[in-house]
Amino acid sequence: MTVIDLKDITTIPSRRTEAWKYSDLRRYLRDEPPISPRLPEGEPNDGPFKALTTNELLIANGRLNWWSENDMDDGVFCTSHASPDAPRMAEEMPMGALAAAKALDDTHIVTFKAGSPRTLALRWLSDAVKTGHHARVGLVVEAGAQATLLESYEGSGDGYLANHLIEIFVEEGANLERIVLVEEPASAVSVSSAEVHVSKGAHFAQTTVASGAALQRLETRVAHPGEGASVRLDGLYTLGDARHTDLTSIVSHDGINGQTSQLTKGVVRGTARGVFQGKIVVERGADGTDARMGHHALILGERAEIDAKPELVIYADDVQCAHGNTVGNLDESALFYMQQRGIPLDEARALLTQAFLIEVVDRIEHEQAREVVRSWLTERL
Amino acid sequence: MLSIQNLHVSVGEKPILKGLTLDVPAGEVHAIMGPNGAGKSTLGYALSGRPGYEATEGSVEWAGEDMLALDPAARAARGVFLSFQYPIEIPGVPALTFVRTSLNAQKRARGEEEVSAPAFLKQVKAAATALKMDFDMLKRPLNVGFSGGEKKRMEILQMALLEPSLLILDETDSGLDIDALRIVSEGVNALRSPDRAMLVITHYQRLLDYIKPDRVHVLAAGRIVASGGPELALKLEAEGYDQYLPVAA
Repeated sequence: MTVIDLKDITTIPSRRTEAWKYSDLRRYLRDEPPISPRLPEGEPNDGPFKALTTNELLIANGRLNWWSENDMDDGVFCTSHASPDAPRMAEEMPMGALAAAKALDDTHIVTFKAGSPRTLALRWLSDAVKTGHHARVGLVVEAGAQATLLESYEGSGDGYLANHLIEIFVEEGANLERIVLVEEPASAVSVSSAEVHVSKGAHFAQTTVASGAALQRLETRVAHPGEGASVRLDGLYTLGDARHTDLTSIVSHDGINGQTSQLTKGVVRGTARGVFQGKIVVERGADGTDARMGHHALILGERAEIDAKPELVIYADDVQCAHGNTVGNLDESALFYMQQRGIPLDEARALLTQAFLIEVVDRIEHEQAREVVRSWLTERL
Repeated sequence: MLSIQNLHVSVGEKPILKGLTLDVPAGEVHAIMGPNGAGKSTLGYALSGRPGYEATEGSVEWAGEDMLALDPAARAARGVFLSFQYPIEIPGVPALTFVRTSLNAQKRARGEEEVSAPAFLKQVKAAATALKMDFDMLKRPLNVGFSGGEKKRMEILQMALLEPSLLILDETDSGLDIDALRIVSEGVNALRSPDRAMLVITHYQRLLDYIKPDRVHVLAAGRIVASGGPELALKLEAEGYDQYLPVAA
């Protein structure tokens, strides 16, 4: 894929680019935005996961703003690198490559040591008006370590471009659960690219929760070694007005006996647009792979839209793979039944929608994070 | 008193109820019997306000209030309860949550105080015991994976907890074996009271052995074509509905 140069519009992915056909980035990036201002440093406001951990890394408008050094327990530390290697998946994720090339700050790498379970709140703050910022963070979960990454994208302002890259290494036998909560203004353009390298016997689980922006793309690429490793890659979106979110993922199984389970659910209203592109590749020789993908959406607005592209690409012989995709509306007879028992129509709709989406929330392993997401969802239905 | 005057209801383009007139005084149980396709279920839906079953003509009053002007939830808050012939499954919503949400929504609409969780649990446990229902079942999503009989008991349980004043039972006996029929009927009979009216819609006389009606009406081709005491049900059982069909046509 072409290297992106924000000064040259022809290099920006558009609807003619297969991987971006439902998220026409070129439409929103006609001119390179000026660089976002540096935000004042100091102890920041509370993020959505504040109550769950004292370990916090805050990247604000692309720059390190707060690092809870003093509160960090011994097993979690952060180092900064002025000239790190290029991201391994730069080719596949051009916006990720751009984030690395244009990062406004050093690359900050957080390492989790083995021992007791670790948590980190990683907050990507954007507070900008018609400016742009790029940042890059790395995360290493050392062999045998157990960690929870509580990641939030917190936006305010108007019409900004936020472009973030996170590279994650889950080493042998390690366990990482990543929960991503994204809340941005309706006018924002935001791209988050994540590349995840899973080692044998490791477990990586992810739940991305999105509410859209003018254009929002949350992309995850997972290098899956097989070898007893397991991956759960879930998503949840609830979009209103003219918001857009794009959950794109590719999991590549490169070895035997790997597991992937993927469940994404969403609801769109108004003229919102939900995009799901899920791809699981089982490479030659990756026998014994067990991969399941499901995407299910509700369209609750006559002009709302869902674009779904589930793909299984299988080069191995002995595998169990399945995918399912449904798009529908709320069941009219269920709505009437609930109203007949006294539940007003709006409340009945919200209850049924929540019941539809909650399956994804229930799969979150970290109990307190699950409750944060549950409340987040309830407030938005 | 339930007062239905000259009710006309079309489903799609097709007229189903064609001038139905019926009064049910509070304290009485009236049975509506009739052949398949006569409009029995349509009557239940029209009274409870199901979208697509709106009246094109006529009036429905309950306790002196025009029901046709109200949406289904507002009717429910005023005491209208339709026990469904085929109760709906609601995946993802536990039965307990569902009933408590319903009860509190009705109470809010009436300006009453909501019921607390412990008080509600106590009421549910008593009602479930009376209907010989396993309490653990109520933690499962409403009606999902329930047998036909369990779904019907669930309807009666909701009825007992919501304490409606106008009860419409649509083919409540379908799918029930004799033991379940007896338990369900006892549940219904326990709700008989001087300020409640009941409309029991049924194809067969069998249910009326358990829930004894004060009046029996024959609904055929969209109207009430005959009315009488409980003996009319026995006569229908013996002679069938044939004699009413030409009259109605």
